[in-house]
Amino acid sequence: MRILPSTILLTAAATSVVLALSGCAGSAGTTSSSPAAIDSLDGSSLTVYNAQHEELTQEWADEFSAETGVTITLRNGSDSELGNQIIAEGAASPADVFLTENSPAMSLVDNAGLFADLDSDVLDQVPDAYKPSTGTWTGIAARSTVVVYNPALISEAELPASLEDLADPAWKGRWAASPSGADFQAIVSAMLELKGADATSEWLTAMKANSVEYKGNSTVMKAVNAGEIPMGVIYHYYWYIDQAGTKENSANTALHYLKNQDPGAFVSVSGGGVLGSSKNQAAAQAFVKFITSKTGQSILQTGTSFEYPVASDVTPNPALPALDTLDAPVVDPATLNSTKVTDLMTEAGIL
Amino acid sequence: MDNVTTSTAPRGQRQRIASPGSRPSALLLALVCVIAVAVLVPVGFVASVVAQVGWPTLAPLIFRPKVGELLVNSVLLVVIGVPLCVTIGVGGAWLVERTILPGRRLWAVLLAAPLAVPAFVSSYGWVSAVPSLGGLSGGLLVATLAYFPLVYLPAAATIRRLDPSLEETARSLGHGSWGVFFTVVLPQLRLAIWGGGLVVALHLLSEYGAFALIRFDTFTTAIVVQYQSTFAGPAASALGVVLAMICLVLLVLEASTRGHARYAKVGSGSGRPGMRLPLGPFAPVAVAALGVLVMLSLGVPLASLGRWLIAGGAAAWSQPELGTAVVQTMLLAGGGAAAAIAVAMPVAWLAVRHPGRIARTLEGATYVSSSLPAIIVALALVTVTLRTVPALYQTTWTVVFAYVIIFMPRALVSLRSGLAQAPIALEEAARALGRSPMVARMHVTLPLILPAIGAGAALVGLGAANELTATLLLAPNGTRTLATQFWSASSAVAYANAAPYAVLLILLAAPAVAILFTQSRKRERG
Repeated sequence: MRILPSTILLTAAATSVVLALSGCAGSAGTTSSSPAAIDSLDGSSLTVYNAQHEELTQEWADEFSAETGVTITLRNGSDSELGNQIIAEGAASPADVFLTENSPAMSLVDNAGLFADLDSDVLDQVPDAYKPSTGTWTGIAARSTVVVYNPALISEAELPASLEDLADPAWKGRWAASPSGADFQAIVSAMLELKGADATSEWLTAMKANSVEYKGNSTVMKAVNAGEIPMGVIYHYYWYIDQAGTKENSANTALHYLKNQDPGAFVSVSGGGVLGSSKNQAAAQAFVKFITSKTGQSILQTGTSFEYPVASDVTPNPALPALDTLDAPVVDPATLNSTKVTDLMTEAGIL
Repeated sequence: MDNVTTSTAPRGQRQRIASPGSRPSALLLALVCVIAVAVLVPVGFVASVVAQVGWPTLAPLIFRPKVGELLVNSVLLVVIGVPLCVTIGVGGAWLVERTILPGRRLWAVLLAAPLAVPAFVSSYGWVSAVPSLGGLSGGLLVATLAYFPLVYLPAAATIRRLDPSLEETARSLGHGSWGVFFTVVLPQLRLAIWGGGLVVALHLLSEYGAFALIRFDTFTTAIVVQYQSTFAGPAASALGVVLAMICLVLLVLEASTRGHARYAKVGSGSGRPGMRLPLGPFAPVAVAALGVLVMLSLGVPLASLGRWLIAGGAAAWSQPELGTAVVQTMLLAGGGAAAAIAVAMPVAWLAVRHPGRIARTLEGATYVSSSLPAIIVALALVTVTLRTVPALYQTTWTVVFAYVIIFMPRALVSLRSGLAQAPIALEEAARALGRSPMVARMHVTLPLILPAIGAGAALVGLGAANELTATLLLAPNGTRTLATQFWSASSAVAYANAAPYAVLLILLAAPAVAILFTQSRKRERG
């Protein structure tokens, strides 16, 4: 125990080193983006901060690399993690392109003023409903909120009419979600936008009491399939991917679309944008253009992701119901606020 | 695994090795000071979070019901998990070392073997066999089965070294077998029990993967969730401050239980192995109990793994990332091992050759940081490199530095005992024959401590190969290790794709466990 005071002294030394150094944290040099000719992309390389499913982005990256000779390195993470990371990194961020599963993290980076304007030939490929008015990022794919349920445990007639119903104590212990994931947090951001902070906060408090938390949408679906819990709130494609494969985690389940412009019918837009600090503007713009092009969007139609294409008039995978039949609430993706959502969820004790 | 052998290291060797009153050179002292301050950066980070973010912001993030839940979960995990591990570990060690147990050589190996299965792989095996597994009971089950060998190994090593004459004396005074065990054997295991218990407790508090897979929330899993929601935001740091405090309290608690009692045999005569008790009618019970233990700790995880290997077939082995992951894991782990040895060497040298208060303090400082969970070390290094040395941000250097901080005790323990066994007299003889001090060290001492260097490097390297949280947060863009790939596959419920990574992780971990096992058995002759 005699060594304790000296250890504290050493710790104090380390603390002051940390403090002193963080004091002189500074601007790590602003970057200038030089417009390069499109043909000369071959040999350049891009760092993509990727919160989309790794397999999907890898497919895009492989195809783009084959077409242009651009090498792509992915850093995989979740929406808010990478969004906040880009903000923390500021002008020194190694990221050239940021791809997300949901739009709130795009707004986060956009509000920090870190995106470059997208070229007009990128934006022209995407209809207005799937891009923000700011023109700093674009939708690259979309996914729908669904209720996955186990018909052996709950009949279709008993299913809730609205996500809001799940706040009722009658649903205690009967529904699951993955609140730590960006997907569910995007659904909450839609509720925040549609119903306001007070209602959302109350709903989250009820959710804390009623819902069973799993980590990841696949795990929620697996639990519903195994009969651990009657139903869960997830995104549609987890179910379609499993149905197209072994059905191992979904054979005993069915999907229920809440429709009726309910927060639980929210269609979330996945985003893509180019960082203003990128030194590879031309290649970065070209990659986002590729993703929203016919070729890029066709990967959503024919590939294994089962997400909805949103650009270049590409239709979804035939297994999926058309987007306009889902009666989703109208939400401007630019208004969704991820920080407020994580704060509310932290307050409710969910995070 | 960090301090698994510290508690069993023979005390009292220092006096023999050091020349009394020898003063360390200023250079060595300065070097070790720099190392101590550098590895204390995570502790400094925790302190600076409190200073920078400020109490008014932190307080509401700390004093909220969620933190209360996490506290209850983490405390119950430690309060129930540690005694369970101690009971199983000590009981197993006693059966193997001190009774006429059928097949005891095999049991000796089987009880240490779960260490070769990373806890998150074992959890993956359990959750795919019993999908409903979760909560405190699930966490306790998985963690106890994964970590009891951390008590078993030092307990077995200590039991082998016990002087049987004490037990014989107690017996001659009329104590029965149980009486002898509780009044004579158990007290002598105090160091192994508290030391092993501390290591188990720190592992329980810093485990992420195993608990995340079975939906059991502890401080560490909650910090990762906050990190994923906000990057290195104040809420993550606030949880980190609480977790760091718990770990430091445990460290101080363990240090205060060591006491001053001496357990070494003094006087003439040499030690001999203790007497083995016949189990009589209890033999089948003991064998059945150990059989169940091995079934649960090895059988279930390996059977699940086998099932997924078959389900995945050849396709799972043709994942293109597999080869990259093996190469990158080897490079990162190798770098971590080399760096940890290089950094631990001056500290061990100071501690062995120039023992004293300064040496104890500096050495102790290096243990403080490594008692912090990897997630806090990672958060600290993300923040510090990003804000202060952007050139090191997301580089291999930072990952390697994190490995050094986290795994330094493994290197230190090996080097310390290696150096302690290299007599300084040989070096002095070389110098008397005209060699310069450096040459004498290189030619005489270095070859003697090579095995210790090898063992230390293997233990650090294999710890680094299994490391998940710090690697996820700090690694350069595009990095894929076996642990991170296993994690991304298993958390996406792609269990078959995760299986090949799990197999490779186990194969990589096996040599480290073999080293630990042999080390713990060698000590009896020390």
